[in-house]
Amino acid sequence: MLKWGSLVTATLVLAVSLTSCATPNTNSSTEGGRSATASGGKSRLDIVKERGELICGVDGKIPGFSFVDETGEYSGLDVDVCKAVAAAVLGDASKVQYRPLDSTERFTALSGGEVDMLSRNTTWTLSRDTSVGLEFAPTTFFDGQGMMVPTNSNIADLKAFQGKSICVEAGTTTELNLTDNLRKAGVEAEISTFQQADQAYNAYLEGRCQGMTSDKSQLLARRSKFPNPDEHILLDVTMSKEPLGPVTINNDSAWFDVVKWVTYGLIEAEEFGIMQANVEEMLESDDPNIRRFLGVEQGLGEGIGLEDDFMVKAIEAVGNYGEVYDRNLGEQSTFNLPRGQNDLWTNGGLMYSPPFR
Amino acid sequence: MTHNSEHKIPLWRDDRFWKIVLQVLAAVVAISLVSLLWYNVTVNMQNQGIQFGFGFLKDQASFAIQESPISYNPARDPYRRVLFAGLLNSLRVMVSGIVLTTILGVAMGVASFSGNWLLRKGSQVYVEVVRNIPLLLQLFFWYKVVFLKFPNPSNRIEWLGSIYLSNRGVFLPWFPVNWNFVAWMGVLVGCAIASILLWRWRIQQMLERGQSGRVQLLGLAVLGIAAILIILFGLGWQAPQEIATGTITGGLRLSIEFSALLVGLVVYTGAYIAEIVRAGIQSVSQGQWEAARALGLRPGLTMRLVVFPQALRVMIPLLNSQYMNLAKNSSLAIAIGYADIYSIANTTYNQTGRPVEVMFIIMMTYLIINLAISLSMNGLNKMVQLQER
Repeated sequence: MLKWGSLVTATLVLAVSLTSCATPNTNSSTEGGRSATASGGKSRLDIVKERGELICGVDGKIPGFSFVDETGEYSGLDVDVCKAVAAAVLGDASKVQYRPLDSTERFTALSGGEVDMLSRNTTWTLSRDTSVGLEFAPTTFFDGQGMMVPTNSNIADLKAFQGKSICVEAGTTTELNLTDNLRKAGVEAEISTFQQADQAYNAYLEGRCQGMTSDKSQLLARRSKFPNPDEHILLDVTMSKEPLGPVTINNDSAWFDVVKWVTYGLIEAEEFGIMQANVEEMLESDDPNIRRFLGVEQGLGEGIGLEDDFMVKAIEAVGNYGEVYDRNLGEQSTFNLPRGQNDLWTNGGLMYSPPFR
Repeated sequence: MTHNSEHKIPLWRDDRFWKIVLQVLAAVVAISLVSLLWYNVTVNMQNQGIQFGFGFLKDQASFAIQESPISYNPARDPYRRVLFAGLLNSLRVMVSGIVLTTILGVAMGVASFSGNWLLRKGSQVYVEVVRNIPLLLQLFFWYKVVFLKFPNPSNRIEWLGSIYLSNRGVFLPWFPVNWNFVAWMGVLVGCAIASILLWRWRIQQMLERGQSGRVQLLGLAVLGIAAILIILFGLGWQAPQEIATGTITGGLRLSIEFSALLVGLVVYTGAYIAEIVRAGIQSVSQGQWEAARALGLRPGLTMRLVVFPQALRVMIPLLNSQYMNLAKNSSLAIAIGYADIYSIANTTYNQTGRPVEVMFIIMMTYLIINLAISLSMNGLNKMVQLQER
């Protein structure tokens, strides 16, 4: 009996030493870099370059932002941001793999490394920036939360929702703002939360809820796909500030810098008047700011690990911010949304890029 | 003794040795896998600047949920309270689901032996159709095609002036839970215990003394009438009432999300239980039927006293796993917007960015619920197994 006992102990000791040996091994491989990913020590930038493809998390169901058409092509403002980043990093805007994500799975997909970045109507908030562990690139669309009701419903403000129900998508800031606003207005309303936006809009259209709340732009975009868009109006209430923009993982500043500066670059290009059509001519420009921006002189690319002409590639692919906006949401689109606060700072809007130098 | 030790089996041919070595190896593999996973999680969380911990449960939840059996105020209450509300919502579906699905399943299972052709075929068609369609699809069907198509509260369907159907929910008469209700429930439980004792006494008297048992039957009848009177008038039933257009108070409100989930789960699991009941009854040998008939038992009594108790031995382990399936499947509530524990936990981890901790909580919750179901069903199983003396 004693012999068996000692045998078991010996094996256990061996086992423990084996596992404790295994631990430092994995340790050294992950501690190498500042990366936040499970792929071991590398920045997302290197991973994207090696893979030769950018994996971009989008919504996929909001016309104007990201929408899949009949041919399976993605289009929209959020999609154009993905394309711009892919063009800047890989030199080819078509090397993007889009990953449609609903609002509750987006952050897990990002932190798990399933996608390289989100370009998915994500509101920039303090807690997401800190405790959720995200990094917010510049805002690409300034929005506010609105409320849609059927035109014939006689609902004019939030107070009219006493005892009624409101549909909302789960896991959004919308959900939180709605609760706050109802509390401020002293209204007791039932809030029906749905996992997917499709289900929420479906329930609203079936009359399950008397109101549907989301970001205003999203409500307008969704309404355009309703069977009878005229039967629904947006109330004149704005419940929150919703700065929407691309998102990357925390603690990967090399990759964050790329996404951040490509996004800024689109805004800066509009300010410089550089467009998809004239970017080639602009390479000959005498303006030192433009020459620097396009990488003709004093290359800026090295600092963020890209070619000097990364902005040329991005602009060739999607144009400047104004062009992206007009094509997807503005004059050239079916929505014809006025630029409003999404105009350049020089025109009284909020779009402002730090200098490229 | 000395002779034995000279002929000792070499270590590598001793299967006692190998048994222990394999156990230890399995333990080593399991421990290293778990610690590797754990290490991976902590390193990744550290890299993202997140600390593992359950402190977030104390933070204000600040998101509203559609229905809650306990009072929940998003402006004040923490995450743990909203999670608890979700747990209660889940238990509500699970418990009523298990009760209803048993009734439906047994009825359908017995119906498959019916002499009535329509009943027999009907039960077969039900089983085949329901078992061959995924549950998620069925839930969407019940929610989108049936319950969402109910009329608006203003055009609601009314039955007997006290049952309302609209797309806000199903409104039934119900009783308010107050001290009055609790007191009467206590009396009801007392009645039930008294009648069980009375019944046993009656059987004993009939067997041992050969009495007719009519006196005790009278006593049982009095108890029964008293119970019915209490249920009808003592509990303070409230019919739902419309206080303003579209606003209904009083009574019990089952939201259409809850109703759709419950109906979907019951119909789906009921089909499996029907098959289990059928198999259980078929497993009882034909000789038992014949013997019962030879003793002069009527068909109802044959089923109740001879066949069903024997069928239960086969059925209960299978029922156990179906009940556990029902409990787990209730998490599909997330697809139709019912605020169960899983959907609330999902929102929680999204708002707090703590998937690991929240997933841990959900897994533990379902594990404990299922172990509880398993434990009670195993207890039941022991009771109905053949008692060998």
